[in-house]
Amino acid sequence: MKILFLVMLLFSQWALATIEIYEFPDPVHEQRYRALTEELRCLVCQNQNIADSHAELAQDLRRKVYEMINAGQSDDQIVQFMIDRYGDFVLYRPPLNPKTMILWLAPVLTVAAGLFGFWFLLKRRRQSDQQPSDADLQRIRDLLKKSDNQ
Amino acid sequence: MRFLIPLGIFFVLVIFLGIGLKLNPREVPSPLIGKPAPHFQLAQLHTPEQTFSPEQMKGKVWLLNVWASWCVSCRAEHPVLNEFARRGQVEIIGLNYKDEPADARQWLAQLGNPYTISVMDTEGMAGLDWGVYGVPETFVIDKKGLVRFKLTGPVDPNNLQTEIMPLLQTLNGEAG
Repeated sequence: MKILFLVMLLFSQWALATIEIYEFPDPVHEQRYRALTEELRCLVCQNQNIADSHAELAQDLRRKVYEMINAGQSDDQIVQFMIDRYGDFVLYRPPLNPKTMILWLAPVLTVAAGLFGFWFLLKRRRQSDQQPSDADLQRIRDLLKKSDNQ
Repeated sequence: MRFLIPLGIFFVLVIFLGIGLKLNPREVPSPLIGKPAPHFQLAQLHTPEQTFSPEQMKGKVWLLNVWASWCVSCRAEHPVLNEFARRGQVEIIGLNYKDEPADARQWLAQLGNPYTISVMDTEGMAGLDWGVYGVPETFVIDKKGLVRFKLTGPVDPNNLQTEIMPLLQTLNGEAG
């Protein structure tokens, strides 16, 4: 067990080695770099953003983001650059357009459908509460009459 | 009557989950379709003093195949490309992606070379411009220099027969 741990420790520097360190002239640039790489999806590992991913493509994209920030490009320009090459898929927050409409509207519609169902159920229940059937009314009258007679 | 609603919901769920199973999440539609082929100018693998850029292919329908000697699926598609190139219907240009030139040359010497020209994209920057994310990838470019089709993953006899060949036929019929 100890040996296994030591062996794992030995290899751990390889994992660290894949995260490259970039130096930024000012903290605003670094902040933008961090925000952008967290917003962009890695296409190889699909469920990771490029900030977290160790895939080679993610490294390349990080480098590109770094270079573009240093070249004075705006966030919008960098995001557009990525969309032009990889499509809306690179964005973790997809834009609202006809293709993604269902994606954005589905939660709202689901909640709306749920609320409607709930309202419908309540209404039906209240109606049945408020209007006792004729048979029930007759029974109530009979009971009342009985208690009057006693 | 009461169980009809849950049953209905169940079937709708089954249908959607079924569709979900059939979809391939790896297949990301390329935004390049219908757009001009991205520019690059890269040294050729076999004659590094010469360069190649997509503009040279204007007026021809051609394939751009992204490959690398380290890529396992490329090995699988290679015989299919060799066979296809032998028929001489279309020129295949190879984009040797993030590879060691010596390894790449040896790979072609061993397995055969289906490419008219291969270019070296050692840094992967041309690949980035083409939206490459999984090697092998194959693009079909028309006579006007527009990207018309992208295949992510290996070319096999099936997609060659049903997708690439019919497309080449229509594109060859188009005016340049």
